[in-house]
Amino acid sequence: MSLATTMAAVIWAGVTCYALFGGADFGAGFWDLLAGGARRGAAQRRLIEHSIGPVWEANHVWLIFVLVIMWTCFPKLFGAVSSTLWVPLTLAAFGVIVRGSAFAFRKTVTATWQRRVFGAAFAASSVITPFFLGAAAGAVAAGRVPPGVGAGRPVASWWSPVPVMTGILAVVVCAYLAAVYLTADARRGGDMTLVGQFRWRALAAGVAAGAVAAGGLLFLHQDAAALYHGLIHRGLPLVILSAVAGVVSLGLLYRRAFLTVRLSAALAVAAVLWAWAAAQYPRLLDPGLTIGQAAADRPVLLATLVSLGAGAVLLAPSLAWLYILFQRSASG
Amino acid sequence: MWSAGSAVILAAGRVADPVAARSQMGFSLAWHIILACFGVGLPGLVIFVEWRGQRTGDVAYRLLARRWAKVLGVLFAVGAVSGTILSIELGVLWSGLMSNYGQVIGLPFAIEGIAFFIEAIFLGIYLYGWDRLPPRVHLLTGLPIFAAGVASAFFVVCANAWMNTPTGFTISHGRISHVDPWSAMFNPATWPETVHMILAALMVTGFGVASVYAVAMLRGKRDRYHRLGLLVPLTGAAILTPVQIVVGDWAARMVASYQPTKLAAMEGLTRTTKGAPESLFGYFSNGRLHGAIRIPYGLSLLARLNPHATIEGLDAVPASDRPPLVTVVHLSFDLMVSIGFGLLALGAWLAWSWWRRREPPKTRWFLRAVAISGIAAVAAMELGWITTEVGRQPWIVYHVLRVADAVNPEPGIQYGFYAVMAIYAILTVTTIAVLRQFTRASPVPLAPQERDVQEYKIT
Repeated sequence: MSLATTMAAVIWAGVTCYALFGGADFGAGFWDLLAGGARRGAAQRRLIEHSIGPVWEANHVWLIFVLVIMWTCFPKLFGAVSSTLWVPLTLAAFGVIVRGSAFAFRKTVTATWQRRVFGAAFAASSVITPFFLGAAAGAVAAGRVPPGVGAGRPVASWWSPVPVMTGILAVVVCAYLAAVYLTADARRGGDMTLVGQFRWRALAAGVAAGAVAAGGLLFLHQDAAALYHGLIHRGLPLVILSAVAGVVSLGLLYRRAFLTVRLSAALAVAAVLWAWAAAQYPRLLDPGLTIGQAAADRPVLLATLVSLGAGAVLLAPSLAWLYILFQRSASG
Repeated sequence: MWSAGSAVILAAGRVADPVAARSQMGFSLAWHIILACFGVGLPGLVIFVEWRGQRTGDVAYRLLARRWAKVLGVLFAVGAVSGTILSIELGVLWSGLMSNYGQVIGLPFAIEGIAFFIEAIFLGIYLYGWDRLPPRVHLLTGLPIFAAGVASAFFVVCANAWMNTPTGFTISHGRISHVDPWSAMFNPATWPETVHMILAALMVTGFGVASVYAVAMLRGKRDRYHRLGLLVPLTGAAILTPVQIVVGDWAARMVASYQPTKLAAMEGLTRTTKGAPESLFGYFSNGRLHGAIRIPYGLSLLARLNPHATIEGLDAVPASDRPPLVTVVHLSFDLMVSIGFGLLALGAWLAWSWWRRREPPKTRWFLRAVAISGIAAVAAMELGWITTEVGRQPWIVYHVLRVADAVNPEPGIQYGFYAVMAIYAILTVTTIAVLRQFTRASPVPLAPQERDVQEYKIT
């Protein structure tokens, strides 16, 4: 594997982590939105706040990680994508700032009306952000972002069936992951009503995610033939893996194996991302920008890889401690 | 090597108007940097008072630690997301810069990403682990937040330093080659600029926090909790102020060596002059500085340590390469320096009183001065950024890439700017309102008891 491909894989691993961890935090906001009135939804909102409070900022850093490594190692890709897709990316950025601030504010205020306003802002932006990030990803996948600064069309590039569908898929997948994770958190908290609620939501969101993904393949056939071809050839094993993991997850949810289903649900989502990567490899943008052509100079790739490797030695144990600390059942 | 690249690089040919993009970037940066300062400085203050609280058992220290930690939680969250916007904006607004030079200047950002991870992870552990971890362990989990915050500031400012004194690459026929990311990261401006900014962040935090308690003391709250809340951060900031003035001088002499045109704008110096005077204040129009107070030979002395040294004026470069807003650059610089000396005087006042009587000055004027010092420190920091950023115009990368060639040429960018203005206006109001609730919702009991500390929830 060339150095450029290695760095592309590192970025994709970052995207996967952002989807699995940051995505679930967005999904928690989705369920916060649907939790109902202040009294009825109080228990759900408390669980959501309790679950994502300590970890969401760390999970959010994956987005920054992906952005900076992308502009360092594949500057031409970053320049083309962010200039053409400035509309969805700007809207996603607004979603990011509203989500994070409103969540932090809601935790600290006590008046019901204030909690309601900040809660609504937090929840709505938790849906908007993954939609626009997903739509931007869909625009790239559908080959609607040409190489070059500002070379594509600012609206038509992402406001079309495949990107919009990818945006919806992103929202549904986030909701699915969140419901799956929250079910186990609710059981650890000992509230069986909540467990039941999130179990049903996880099942429903899982079915919906599968349906959107399968329906999306039909759109791809029409709108993004190259990607479709890649998915049913090189990407096929991963597509099948995702489908199998998705079905297994539904069974595990039904049988209340709430910890195991975290792994299988995450696998189903990760496999879709890697299927897309496999389908597109080594093309990044159409027409004609490959990983090799977009890559930075070798010393840059090497310096970045070495720095990240050194950083990982600090990061991995720290992240592990963070998750373990707050997954232990404790009084706090 | 330097001036060849700019015109050739942007092949797209569409010329975009960078005003909206500059306004959006400048506005969101100026907003974020205030929170970033507290993100760097506040963890240091919090772990200091927590440590004192653990060592002495003093309830006032322990309550301060809890309250500052809660404020840190809010400020860090808003700072984290307003910082994320900046990295998206770098691409969305300055695609021409990132597409070509992203690889040259990406490395410090990549390392900053790691540092930011450490900050966010340990902030989660520190804030939410307050009652879960043993006190000593909890205190230790605060250290990585502070260290990583200072490191983040260093790495991000490395990138800005590179825009001022770009190194680590070659341009030939519009192609960038021989990229050496380490040399780009450690460019001539790196050390003075990063140290200047890290000290500024610590000073903004110190004077800023002290000013909140000065206001409370002016309203009659004179208990130990409030006195310590004022004295601890103020002492820290006062100790750093003279250091900052020396570092500022170092940074200015770096500018004199590597960005003579920016120095000429900072001083309003039109013509290249031997034995140049130092000009204080005044305004610049029709190519000259009016109404300034002049100190003969002052500039040559300060910039070159030689009263007869020649200082390059604005006329050393063609008109198209000069910063257009000389008055703004000149006054921003002078005001920043003036505030710096004002803060130095405030610190000297405190030190004198402490030396004579072992207590801070008793007069209300002292509290009033401390109350203003927080806003003054923020203003000085912002004025410094205006000096360096507006003074670099019309270049985004000094003598390499023009701002106009770096901007995203897609139509409609100005709507993003309007939306940013609207969102940040709401955000400013709500952030201030939420922070004010902290001081009101939980009044400090007249005689703080253990129970009040224990029951004060961080999260």
